Amino acid sequence: MRNGLRQSMAWLHSWAGLVAGWVLFCIFMTGTATYYRADVSRWMRPELPVVQQVPTPDDLARAAETAVAHLKGAAPNAIAWYVTLPSAADPAVALMWFTDFALPPGTARLDPATGGPPAVRETFGGDFFYRFHFELNLPSTIGRWIAGICAMIGLVTLLSGIITHRRIFADFFTFRRHAKSAQRSWLDAHNVAGVVAIPFHLMITYTGIATLALMYMPWGVLTAYKGDAMRFYGETGQITAPLAPAGKPGTLAPVGPMVRQALERVSEPLEMVIVEMPGDAKSKVVAVFEEPHGLSHQHPQVAFAGATGTLLQVLNPNLKPASKTFTTMVGLHEAHFAGPALRVLFFLCGLTGAAMVGTGLVLWSVARLPTPGAAPFFGLRLVRVLNLGTVAGLPAAVAAYFLANRLLPVGLGARADWEVGVFFAVWILAAVYAALRPQASVWREMLAACAALFLAVPVVNGLATGRHPLASVAAGDALYLWFDAAMLALAGLFAIAAYKAHGVEAPGRRRPQAVAPLRRNALEQA
Amino acid sequence: MGTGRRTGRGYRAGVAGRVLLAIVGGYALAALATAVLSLTLPLEPAEAVTAATLLSFTVMAVVVLFVFAARSLRVATLWLALPVGALSLGLWVLMRAGASV
Repeated sequence: MRNGLRQSMAWLHSWAGLVAGWVLFCIFMTGTATYYRADVSRWMRPELPVVQQVPTPDDLARAAETAVAHLKGAAPNAIAWYVTLPSAADPAVALMWFTDFALPPGTARLDPATGGPPAVRETFGGDFFYRFHFELNLPSTIGRWIAGICAMIGLVTLLSGIITHRRIFADFFTFRRHAKSAQRSWLDAHNVAGVVAIPFHLMITYTGIATLALMYMPWGVLTAYKGDAMRFYGETGQITAPLAPAGKPGTLAPVGPMVRQALERVSEPLEMVIVEMPGDAKSKVVAVFEEPHGLSHQHPQVAFAGATGTLLQVLNPNLKPASKTFTTMVGLHEAHFAGPALRVLFFLCGLTGAAMVGTGLVLWSVARLPTPGAAPFFGLRLVRVLNLGTVAGLPAAVAAYFLANRLLPVGLGARADWEVGVFFAVWILAAVYAALRPQASVWREMLAACAALFLAVPVVNGLATGRHPLASVAAGDALYLWFDAAMLALAGLFAIAAYKAHGVEAPGRRRPQAVAPLRRNALEQA
Repeated sequence: MGTGRRTGRGYRAGVAGRVLLAIVGGYALAALATAVLSLTLPLEPAEAVTAATLLSFTVMAVVVLFVFAARSLRVATLWLALPVGALSLGLWVLMRAGASV
């Protein structure tokens, strides 16, 4: 820590960034992949037809009945059932239920026509990246707290970086590729990645924290609502008015007619049916629709009394300013409003965020290179291995996850868990490799391995499914073409990075005598 | 602390103190501000709680920056103790007055 505002902010920036950087890189990478969650899920179920029919109201009503029949057997005493209905993106019915909010939910997928398991390979698809980006594959409460704490540190890192960075506009145009020192080039790369999309980075970090605001900051609800979060949500107008349980058993009326009635009242596609307290006489059935076009994350909802099927409430979409601000923050974070072009832009901004964190992490270690001949201190060795294991290890694990989806036997038991197992096995392998190899060549080797793995995805996909690019063109299958193109682009990106990475952090690349007279950024001194 | 050497026990203790103050003090002030604003903002209760909760993360971020920008750990502690004390007192009065409905 040094005297002067910019010096102390530079100190804070480099240490806060280091502490949270590895987790933030993972959150940025998997969160960015989540912009294409439905597409990834579809690609990972190659048994699905190229074009899926949009389900009719009859299909939806039947699917809801099938789901309820299954849930009555599987979880009659649940607190709530969540039934995601078939859509043009996914023809299966996805079930989730809680018997205890402290325990992980039960889940199942059904073929709405047969009521049995769908005739497609078992996979978590894009949902794995989605859950990982805020739960890190940990028990949900612990994962969400770690993600939230790291996001908060990320926010502090962004703000202190902005204060540090006096030439924020001029550095838009500064990239000294042939700069005299490696540190200078890494700093420029870090600045470009950080500055170019700074509004996005601030937005995505703050709105990310806001999505779980009440978990991290429950004190307003605890004082003003005595901790009754459901009453709070009901009064904001984000959910239908909660019903107190009757405490005596009841029978659920058929949900099919309720689904039909809800569909007559709302024009958006029906997304989900929630049954609260399904075994209670005061059960409630809520039909949740997709958000209408707009920034705000606000699902139209229609509620019915479960026992009788009578209409209780059609949720009024007119929220008051603060609640509207909240739903708009969530909407901005999820970007469901984004069409294809805007979605690509969000995706690229997300990659820029990952690049900002990745270059920042490398910069920390490059700025602390030992003089030629001296052994690196323990902290530097640790940071190097964690940097390699994260920046080069996670992409390799993502590619391996896609490959596992195509290569594991279709009938394998617990297949979806095996795919996740391959993801983590490759990641751990990458970290171990990073720890064992000499620093001079390891970046090049690992980035080249990432390139090879991403290149293998379209090749293996073509061989395993026969849906290679030529077949995709013939079938008019845009999703497979785009997926292949994205994998090839990633392979190219990693190949270039591997080519450029020769000797990164090798002793002797740093020339302190060349840096000293050129000091202009407090970061270099921190 | 910036004037001294950047290693040694005193420097390390100073850094640890600031980290602790930033985390504990930052969260405490943000939590107290959320609770007090939730009860006092001239809005419907649900609106007041939402506005206060969304604002709280800005409060915490600003406190953290302040703790690390302050001239010394003592200055930072004193300046942070003032609003924390005032808000604690305010919340105690509000809770006693039964403003929490």
